[in-house]
Amino acid sequence: MYKAVVIGASAGGMYAIKTLLASLPGNFRIPIIIVQHLAPDSDNYLVEFLDKNTGLTVKEADEKEVVKGGFVYVCPPNYHILVEENMSISLSADEKVNYSRPSIDVLFYSAADAFQESLIGIVLTGANDDGARGLFYIKKKGGLGIVQNPSEAESPQMPTAAILEANPDHVLEIRQISKMLLQLANQNQDKNSL
Amino acid sequence: MKSDSDNTLREKIEIDLLIEAVNRFYGYDFSDYSKAHIKRRMMVFLAKHRFESISEMQHHVLHNPQVFEDFLNNFSINVTEMFRDPGFYSEFRKHIIPTLKTYPYLKIWIAGCATGEEVYSFAIMLKEEGLLSRSTIYATDFNSEALQKAGKAIYSIDTIKSYTANYQKAGGKSSFSDYYMANYNSVIIDKSLKVNVVFAEHNLVTDGVFTEANLIVCRNVLIYFNRELQDKVLSLFNDSLITGGFLALGTKETIQFSSIANKYSTVSKENKIYKKSII
Ligand SMILES: C[S@@+](CC[C@H](N)C(=O)[O-])C[C@H]1O[C@@H](n2cnc3c(N)ncnc32)[C@H](O)[C@@H]1O
Repeated sequence: MYKAVVIGASAGGMYAIKTLLASLPGNFRIPIIIVQHLAPDSDNYLVEFLDKNTGLTVKEADEKEVVKGGFVYVCPPNYHILVEENMSISLSADEKVNYSRPSIDVLFYSAADAFQESLIGIVLTGANDDGARGLFYIKKKGGLGIVQNPSEAESPQMPTAAILEANPDHVLEIRQISKMLLQLANQNQDKNSL
Repeated sequence: MKSDSDNTLREKIEIDLLIEAVNRFYGYDFSDYSKAHIKRRMMVFLAKHRFESISEMQHHVLHNPQVFEDFLNNFSINVTEMFRDPGFYSEFRKHIIPTLKTYPYLKIWIAGCATGEEVYSFAIMLKEEGLLSRSTIYATDFNSEALQKAGKAIYSIDTIKSYTANYQKAGGKSSFSDYYMANYNSVIIDKSLKVNVVFAEHNLVTDGVFTEANLIVCRNVLIYFNRELQDKVLSLFNDSLITGGFLALGTKETIQFSSIANKYSTVSKENKIYKKSII
């Protein structure tokens, strides 16, 4: 049973994430946590934009907030986001990782430690290699790794790096990723009701 | 790929043991810091020193005080800036400074001041508002190395461009270059800004009430603590603040869920400035 979905995106990510979330219903059971690389002084535009285009509730992650199904949590600019075993969010002002704050790797490492095999990690479009090592670690801990097909990605470098480094379970186009998430969440539900 | 759960369990045990060892031997208590954060800092330290395991790291930390110094530095994230979050400073100028001007003298506690950039930002703002000469700023941190740097007030020249931009966005009234002297690759902060500043070692986890302050500033420190420790430290601030005094936290920190919340009114929701309204 999956406890969380973590998503990392960089250049081109805004539209990729929008497409991914658009076909997920408001009652999608698994909490989704997103790192999208942003300029440190960005405003709330990304959150508002995503929230308008999905049935899920999209919000900026608050420090110590406990994540829930039906919600999408976006990391605030200029902080790293980590997730704890008790499902709560920790933010940190540590040094940049892979020249980025937030860094996808930082989220992925902490989520893999917290949720082990009950985690889905997704790497989308981007022009760097943040997320590759994190996805490797998710796989190492028994979680599921999904990467956007580089040929579809606006910037193929990040998904390519993740494929090479982490040998993901699935390489898919965005719409297929949404479908797969829906299937996995339904399995989740079936197992839950047993 | 098969689950890695044995390794995970081993690491958790090793982390708990190392935290206990550091607390019992060196007196630094990290047990109520955020678990994910602790794990991350340990892995960064492990990679830096190329230790095979956290157990091996524990041996070195416990037996070699120099390794411990480095361990402590790695744990206390000294990442800071001058006029970090310029919006905070401009709001502070607009909404808090006028009240502070009505006081005959000011005691200010800046907790978790790291290498001092925040302290000198406040000193500059107070000077421009004509308040510095009747202020005492107590600037504390639990990291003595960071405090030493803070006292020297020498910073890399590479930072100046972004600090100048911050200063302007923060509502600076003069020219930022009035406040430092450039020397090769570094700048030294003007002496006049240091006169009313007292740097002191203080551990928020284990040390007590610090001073009867009119203003306490503690930004980007509480995020590293769990809820219980946040609550404890906020109570410590409450005990150290006069009624009517102000408390300023980092933009992602809040008193909302703490036991002191009902004693405070919110002056700025966005910039996390609170006023103590009841004892
Ligand atoms: C990210 S820095 C914040 C610096 C500055 N306040 C700012 O916002 O730019 C966090 C600081 O908190 C200090 N710190 C962490 N735990 C502490 C404790 N228990 N007592 C005192 N200071 C602590 C660290 O040494 C570090 O300098």
